[in-house]
Amino acid sequence: METLEQIRDRLLARFPGSAVALIVNLGPAAQHSLLVDGSHGRAVAEFLRDDPALRLEFCSNMSGVDWPAREVVETAVVAAPDPAGGPPRSVEQKVKRLVPGYLEAVYHLFSIELRHGPVVLRLRTANRTDQVTLPSLTPVWRSCEFQEREAFDLFGIIFEGHPDLRRILMWDEFKDHPMRKDYVEPDDYEWEPTPHGDVLAKARKHYPAGAGAPAAAQGEPRP
Amino acid sequence: MIGPDPFPLSSPPGPQVRPVHDPFHGDLLEVSMGPHHPSTHGVFRMMVTLDGETVVKLKPVFGYLHRNHEKIGENTSYLGSMPYTDRLDYLCSMTNNWAYALAVEKLAGQAVPERAEYLRVILAELTRLLNHTCLAGFLLQDCGASGTPLMYAFREREKILDLFESLSGSRMMCNYQRFGGCRVDPPAGWLEAARTVAGNYGQFLDEYEALLTGNEILMARTQGVGVLPGPLAVSAGVTGPMLRAAGVAYDLRKVDGYGVYPRFEFRVPLGAHGDTYDRYMVRVLEMRESIGILRQALRDIPGGPIMDPKARLRGFRAKPGEVYSRIEGPKGEIGFYLISEGGPNPYRYRVRPPSLINLTILEDLCLGQSIADTVVILGSIDIVLGEVDR
Repeated sequence: METLEQIRDRLLARFPGSAVALIVNLGPAAQHSLLVDGSHGRAVAEFLRDDPALRLEFCSNMSGVDWPAREVVETAVVAAPDPAGGPPRSVEQKVKRLVPGYLEAVYHLFSIELRHGPVVLRLRTANRTDQVTLPSLTPVWRSCEFQEREAFDLFGIIFEGHPDLRRILMWDEFKDHPMRKDYVEPDDYEWEPTPHGDVLAKARKHYPAGAGAPAAAQGEPRP
Repeated sequence: MIGPDPFPLSSPPGPQVRPVHDPFHGDLLEVSMGPHHPSTHGVFRMMVTLDGETVVKLKPVFGYLHRNHEKIGENTSYLGSMPYTDRLDYLCSMTNNWAYALAVEKLAGQAVPERAEYLRVILAELTRLLNHTCLAGFLLQDCGASGTPLMYAFREREKILDLFESLSGSRMMCNYQRFGGCRVDPPAGWLEAARTVAGNYGQFLDEYEALLTGNEILMARTQGVGVLPGPLAVSAGVTGPMLRAAGVAYDLRKVDGYGVYPRFEFRVPLGAHGDTYDRYMVRVLEMRESIGILRQALRDIPGGPIMDPKARLRGFRAKPGEVYSRIEGPKGEIGFYLISEGGPNPYRYRVRPPSLINLTILEDLCLGQSIADTVVILGSIDIVLGEVDR
């Protein structure tokens, strides 16, 4: 198989205006990946599937990844003026930089015909709150159907063009996305409001604290 | 049928069975099969729309066994996730262990001693025997052959479970593999016992096949039922015996050659029609190949250590990086996608569940078939809900 650099160069030549970048994996496995911008994601996927030299017709795994905003400390060399009036010296300075958060959809592609892979394809959303839409690759690879529904359910990535985008593992009324890093578990999954809470609140209004309230009225309604 | 209902019901439709009026074709019936239905192999639900007895729509519903396995994996140390992988596909804990151990070994660049590699192959092939035997039993049970084939299958399964128990201390939740080898060396006489089980298995298969493979009722119920074309199987990410029954020669033991599989001689059985009968037959033939692999592995297994001396289990950390690693489990490609940020826990822990992804084509297989056939088709897909829902 060609190297990822060659694939990237071919993609850039084939889709002018697209942003295809190589993400280097420093681990021993050295599975590097291609980062593609969302607007070209679908076209790039179709190209990877149909290109005769690649034939990546088998999308084995699709996974969401959550990357919250984080601070990275970078060492930068800056020129500092010499207070004694000499020439400016170059000083190493630690600079904190805020990397904005995003959600990522990772696809692991293989070729059954040509027996190669994995080629790792990544798509990133603009942020984690309101711009979380990515193109769905289910029309390209059917195997993404349930896996993209899972990423929608657990990470909150909205896949545009998915034929049936519903929650798959959590129940339909569930509000949050449990696989996000900042997800907070509810204390009680099965809590629901009961008239009992209203009665307690009313009782508290009638018997202000310290006015000889009955013991039962001091109970707190559950959150 | 499609479009606004010309004769709306006066009373609101019930949750279970809803007639959809159509003046020409009669009523469509929506049936909720499951989640507590004996043929769904766990808590799995199919919303089936029927025209008479013919399926016109089928939507699988998941999540009844969801415990967010992946979140647990991200909040647990690398080693701490190992026992949880037993609970994914609880029939095949040994292959789940191996898939996870292999992923972590690739993530950390960890070597495995030869003896452990052979043991892993032996255990994986025993698991394959166990899984396919159970599948054949359940499939026949789903066809209505109540009891006998399943009990035959379970009798043999028990012998393999005895081996697992004497090796790992547990029949099903084995928790046996480690990063860089296996947990304990087999006790004295274990390899001999494994040789006996593997040696006698062919005889059991002969007996089982004499009972079933040529059985007229089995053929009538499975041949031409739920035909899966090869290109659809590839696009839908179907793997394992289902893919090979559709005629696509793709076995990761051959393609990736992980572990010491390249040293063994075995064939990859393929189906010609992609129907339910082929899926049954491919599994039976795979069992025969597994017996051959077992014979070779049990003959060639070397002595030596079972753990790499440099392997670190407690306080294990992997360098920043990521890996996707997969093996050929009995149900299909079981993969793990791990991202390490250098900490004691994986940053992202993703399981590629073959059972869930093989269900993608459930509706395609069932459309136009009768409602009784959906049970057989689902049985031939071979799902375990612990893995589907995770």
